[in-house]
Amino acid sequence: MGLLDYFRSSRQATASIAKERLQILVAHERAERNKPDYLPMLQKELLEVIRKYVNVDQNAISVTMEQDENREILELNIVLPDEGERKRPNRPDL
Amino acid sequence: MGLALNGHRTAVIDFDVGLRNLDLIMGCERRVVYDFVNVINGEATLNQALIRDKRCDNLYILPASQTRDKESLTVEGVGKVLQALSETFEYVVCDSPAGIERGATLAMYFADDAVVVTNPEVSSVRDSDRMLGILASKSRRAEMGEEPIKEYLLLTRYSPQRVKVGEMLSVEDVQEILSLHLLGVIPESKAVLNASNSGAPVILDEKSDAGQAYMDVVRRYLGENLPHRFLEEQRKGLFGRLFGG
Repeated sequence: MGLLDYFRSSRQATASIAKERLQILVAHERAERNKPDYLPMLQKELLEVIRKYVNVDQNAISVTMEQDENREILELNIVLPDEGERKRPNRPDL
Repeated sequence: MGLALNGHRTAVIDFDVGLRNLDLIMGCERRVVYDFVNVINGEATLNQALIRDKRCDNLYILPASQTRDKESLTVEGVGKVLQALSETFEYVVCDSPAGIERGATLAMYFADDAVVVTNPEVSSVRDSDRMLGILASKSRRAEMGEEPIKEYLLLTRYSPQRVKVGEMLSVEDVQEILSLHLLGVIPESKAVLNASNSGAPVILDEKSDAGQAYMDVVRRYLGENLPHRFLEEQRKGLFGRLFGG
């Protein structure tokens, strides 16, 4: 009966696993579908502009849109490189 | 059926084009002559296609088409039929197929209220959340900028025993995930299969737990304030213990 016991014990409280998985998934999917479809374009163009002045990495910029009942917040987050690395990208020898 | 039993003139439309089954559940499969698509295409009038329920004078059924492709449902066609029905019926119930295809999107497009039916299973809960997203963005009310569709949650196949031992999502869990107004919980019940076997909706089985739960759901929808039942394990002697001391 060892095998049966094994299956029994592994089946304990699967409901809490289901809840946790669903909460993460649903939160993620809701965030996805509330995004306006111009966000990726906006992010790309912003990156191009910023790169004219500061040498930032492709992944250093994030654009998120949050919504609550009476306002929308467009959040733009740019991680600037360390002081030493901050130079004009088109003049790397400076 | 519940709405009709409560004295409201009700029409129910099967939107599952290609996979008609509402007629079978309602026990009128042998009386289908014309269907929803016939009416949309002008091959039959509404009155010819509507089947009056033999058990309840207030209830009419408009069956889905069996053979034709889903493209035969159009927004304009469905809109016209619903408009015509709303002139003579108090409630028009659009029975949506599962999924997010044409039948489902059209069933909810013109809706005022939506009852999201789910069971305590991960795929069902996730799909319900997807449907809520579509209800909020792709309906006529959303497109016209009108007041959004009222959404209700109906949880079916609920087993309090399994919830108690942690094998099933509880009604609180599902509500927390979907954050919807709970219209009712239908317990897992043998009466449901018996009902569909015989083509008599389970709500007519007044002795069954599922039948009573469905009647509660209808009465809550109509505005009555009723406590939720069948959420706890039913044991013999429970009432004795509750009221005995």
